[in-house]
Amino acid sequence: MTITASLKKKLKYFDLDISFSCATESMMVMIGPSGGGKTTIIRMLAGLTMPDEGRVIFGDEVWYDSARRINVPPQKRRLGYVFQDYTLFPHLNLYDNAAFAAVDKKEVSELFDLFDISHLRKRKPHHVSGGERQRCAICQALARHPRLLLLDEPFSALDVITRRGLREELKSLKGRLSCPVIYVTHDINEALFLADEILPVAEGKNDDGWMQRTITRVPSVGGSSRAAREPRLALAY
Amino acid sequence: MDYLALYVTLKLALVTTIFLMLIAAPIAYLLAYTSFPGKSLLEALIYLPMALPPTAIGFYLLVVMGPKGFVGQAWETITGGSLLFTFLGITIASILYSIPFAVQPMKAAFQKIDQRLLDAAYILGLSKRTAFFRVIIPNSVSGIAAAAVLVFLHSIGAFGVLLMVGGSIPGETKVASIAIYEAVETMNYSAAGMIALSFIPISYAFLLLISKLNEDSRP
Repeated sequence: MTITASLKKKLKYFDLDISFSCATESMMVMIGPSGGGKTTIIRMLAGLTMPDEGRVIFGDEVWYDSARRINVPPQKRRLGYVFQDYTLFPHLNLYDNAAFAAVDKKEVSELFDLFDISHLRKRKPHHVSGGERQRCAICQALARHPRLLLLDEPFSALDVITRRGLREELKSLKGRLSCPVIYVTHDINEALFLADEILPVAEGKNDDGWMQRTITRVPSVGGSSRAAREPRLALAY
Repeated sequence: MDYLALYVTLKLALVTTIFLMLIAAPIAYLLAYTSFPGKSLLEALIYLPMALPPTAIGFYLLVVMGPKGFVGQAWETITGGSLLFTFLGITIASILYSIPFAVQPMKAAFQKIDQRLLDAAYILGLSKRTAFFRVIIPNSVSGIAAAAVLVFLHSIGAFGVLLMVGGSIPGETKVASIAIYEAVETMNYSAAGMIALSFIPISYAFLLLISKLNEDSRP
């Protein structure tokens, strides 16, 4: 299954206008500065935010088409979505969270073993660490057998060591997934480490030069004073 | 001591609380999560009983529920009896009188829920209705309980509304606050004092419960 989208939406500071597609078993990393419209794009794929116009097509299903007035609600898109934080239900323990929408409850235990959180199954989300919460959130998303996996800066609230570990776990998991994965980040290291394809997004548009400019810090108009204050991004970490 | 009046008071408060929780939950949901034309007008109307003198509310209810009012007439054609001076009559009055105290804290509790939790629930396939029962209600338990305690206490204290609609029929509509008033009127201060005193531990215990609930709701 391939997801193809072309989306337009007027936002407060710029107009979002972007087209892309992502094939099965491929991980596309959407990268760009904060506030550049990445989360809005993901939310439009999930059906949580309505584009002004455009199309979202998944395989042979039309999820959204402004011309034909089609808009499939998020409930029917059957996708997995891991947010940066706060997605687990605070009133349920980790196991019940992951089993919340599981296709087969037996798989939850296997996923917990895989992500090494089986010993925490009875704990509530606020009694485990941020990394453990995100592991559980990924289990929750995978247990639903998603047809498309959306990961919106899933590790950016975590400390560097935990983030690196989870990044590696995700990369090794990638081969076992049979759905397209779209991963959002503003971290170039993460993008280069995980991506099959990279989609740079700045101010709501596909901006292929963004990575180059960010790494080499070519002074842009009005940006030179800002560049002087910020340290260069280290590529090797 | 007038145990019968105390019994009627507690029964009325309990029945009011149970029914009002069921009525207020959908109203609070609409106010917290939807927008429609005239919403602020509706919201102000729901809170109106809080701002009106209880005897004024009682007066309108007396007119509407009386033999010439449309509710009273409809009730009479269905059951053959009167709504005024019955326990059912004062229950309806008590529910209308306490509606703001149920809707407001419940709405606040619903609004406190992180929108991302609901987004997550929808993505996991829950309809809005299922999300209400599986996500919103369990995560606003302390707010709902606080609303219930407030309504219970407020119903215990009702006086003017009930007197207008129910009068003072022992075992049916004579609640403790009316019993205190009547005891004082007949210069029976010791009887009034006994009933008044019995309110203190009840109300104090419930207020302690509210502050406990408020503590629990803090993350």
